[in-house]
Amino acid sequence: MSTPTSAPLQSEIPPAREIILTRRFSDRVFRGVVTAGGFVSLVVLGLIALFLASRSIDIFKTFGFHFITGFKWDSGDPDNGIAPVLGIGAMLIGTIVTAVVGLVIALPVSVGMALFLEYYMPIRLKKSLTMVIDLMAAIPSVIFGLWGFFVLMPHAIYWAKLLHKYFGWIPFLDVQAPIFERSPFIAGLVLSIMIIPIVTSISREVFSQVPLDRIQAAYALGATRWTMIKAVVLPFGSSGIAGGAMLGLGRAMGETVAVYLVLNLYFQPNFQVLFSAGGSVASMIVTKFGEAGQLELQGLMAAGLVLFIVTLIINFLSNMIVKRTSRTGN
Amino acid sequence: MSDVMEFEGNKDNISTKAYLEEAVSQPEISSLASVASHHSAPGSQPLGTGLEARGVHAWFGKHHALADVNLDFPAGTVTALIGPSGCGKSTFLRTLNRMHEFIPGAAMAGEVLLDGKDIYEPGTDVTKIRLKVGMVFQKPNPFPSMTIAENVLAGLKLAQLKAVNKDDLLEECLHRAGLWNEVKDRLKAHGGSLSGGQQQRLCIARALAVKPEVLLMDEPCSALDPGSTLKIEETVRQLIESVIVVIVTHNMQQAARVSDYTGFFLSDGGPGQLIETAPTSEIFSRPKDPRTEAYVTGRFG
Repeated sequence: MSTPTSAPLQSEIPPAREIILTRRFSDRVFRGVVTAGGFVSLVVLGLIALFLASRSIDIFKTFGFHFITGFKWDSGDPDNGIAPVLGIGAMLIGTIVTAVVGLVIALPVSVGMALFLEYYMPIRLKKSLTMVIDLMAAIPSVIFGLWGFFVLMPHAIYWAKLLHKYFGWIPFLDVQAPIFERSPFIAGLVLSIMIIPIVTSISREVFSQVPLDRIQAAYALGATRWTMIKAVVLPFGSSGIAGGAMLGLGRAMGETVAVYLVLNLYFQPNFQVLFSAGGSVASMIVTKFGEAGQLELQGLMAAGLVLFIVTLIINFLSNMIVKRTSRTGN
Repeated sequence: MSDVMEFEGNKDNISTKAYLEEAVSQPEISSLASVASHHSAPGSQPLGTGLEARGVHAWFGKHHALADVNLDFPAGTVTALIGPSGCGKSTFLRTLNRMHEFIPGAAMAGEVLLDGKDIYEPGTDVTKIRLKVGMVFQKPNPFPSMTIAENVLAGLKLAQLKAVNKDDLLEECLHRAGLWNEVKDRLKAHGGSLSGGQQQRLCIARALAVKPEVLLMDEPCSALDPGSTLKIEETVRQLIESVIVVIVTHNMQQAARVSDYTGFFLSDGGPGQLIETAPTSEIFSRPKDPRTEAYVTGRFG
């Protein structure tokens, strides 16, 4: 036993130590404040969802899935034995149609504006124009609605007639009767102006992050500004633009007062965007809220819940898209 | 300073006037055969008369970065520009293909003559200048959204050129950049999937695809390992048959290995200056200026 034998392996490896981080008092206080702030927004969101759900649970029990797919909204007449039928299908479709029209108009304008701001505009003027565009987002929506009704609509009707005259053979630009007032097209125009600031500012943000070495690589190969933008800026910014578009879509779908003023609500699904019949869940809630009875009120809450969830999904998708940009950007 | 040229401070502002005057003409690479013959039989087709810098000064705002540089780049040669950091050699390089003016506040004076014509002359189409004077950057910068093949041919699209046979051009450029054997089976892979050294050679191939007369290389190996560096140096030696190469380097062995002429830049607190220019062997064996000697023997810098 003179030669030392090696001890069993287990005893040679010490157990992992527990690493204890002692935070100083001020740090703990700050953490507490920040964490509380973070949680408040979550809690508020959760409570709103809970409130809507609790108020509308009866509706879903009564009408089931038909509430979302149905096209009829009738509060019923108990005295004459007419049962109430509530369905927001047409409104939901209308919301999407109007928002998509708005987005289709807003997207090219926004991307063009963002490119102009980032790559064509003299630097001195860039800041002030950016500010003006951001200011557009601060205008109350009722102003947009009133402007849309009194100023834009007379012109827009003319544009709609032109579109119908020359492109009426495209199914969704056809109309069943020549009534062009308060159509999804006009509501979409107003919405497009409301979402241009948000889509522009997100696109511009993405464009400003295009790596300079790629831009220079393009120019060093004899690129003009436009070919450089096509080859470098747009591929880099594409998913960012998509993210911005989705955020704009979310905003457009939730828009209430402006749409209420310029859209004729109609409880049948209508895909003819130039025709004076459309839907909007948010505007419908405003319209019906004043004279709603017990059951109808619950129906409106349920409609709110559906809109809330749809908007949430869209925001979630847009977040995912924007995140993907920042990863592929490297 | 009366003939200082001022550029607007936008990051992409090609001097606006020149940009507006730029004709939307579409030059055509007429025949690849001419390039091929030119490649196989050096000297059979005369190269351009070369590139000359005449009294070039450069400023960044009020900062005078470069003073009175006179330098010739004869056809069929590689010229190395050496010197410590901040001596203005990269700035000088970027005045040679008008990339200097991308930096906000940048200004320059003097003339840069390409085949006897001043590239800063009003009315010059700056995109054509950059087609004739290509550039390879310090950091490999292939376009990540494009495949290897698309990267090589990117210049055609960017400059709106038409090539007769894109496949031949692709293969030829990758051969000349010494990359063909490594990528011929995966031309559809993305440029970002290559190693750093391969990416840099991809960038060289990309620059060659638009048939430049001059290739500017701004420390092309500073981000690469020694093996890749060697490959790029071999590539550079083979390029001189058809292009004038100007290479900025911090690596004096590299300058010695790769160049025919060497220019030594130095800034003594003021603007950078060209201290000495001579055949490379002379610069490294018997420099005329004591400052050059101090630098190449490693006593400073």
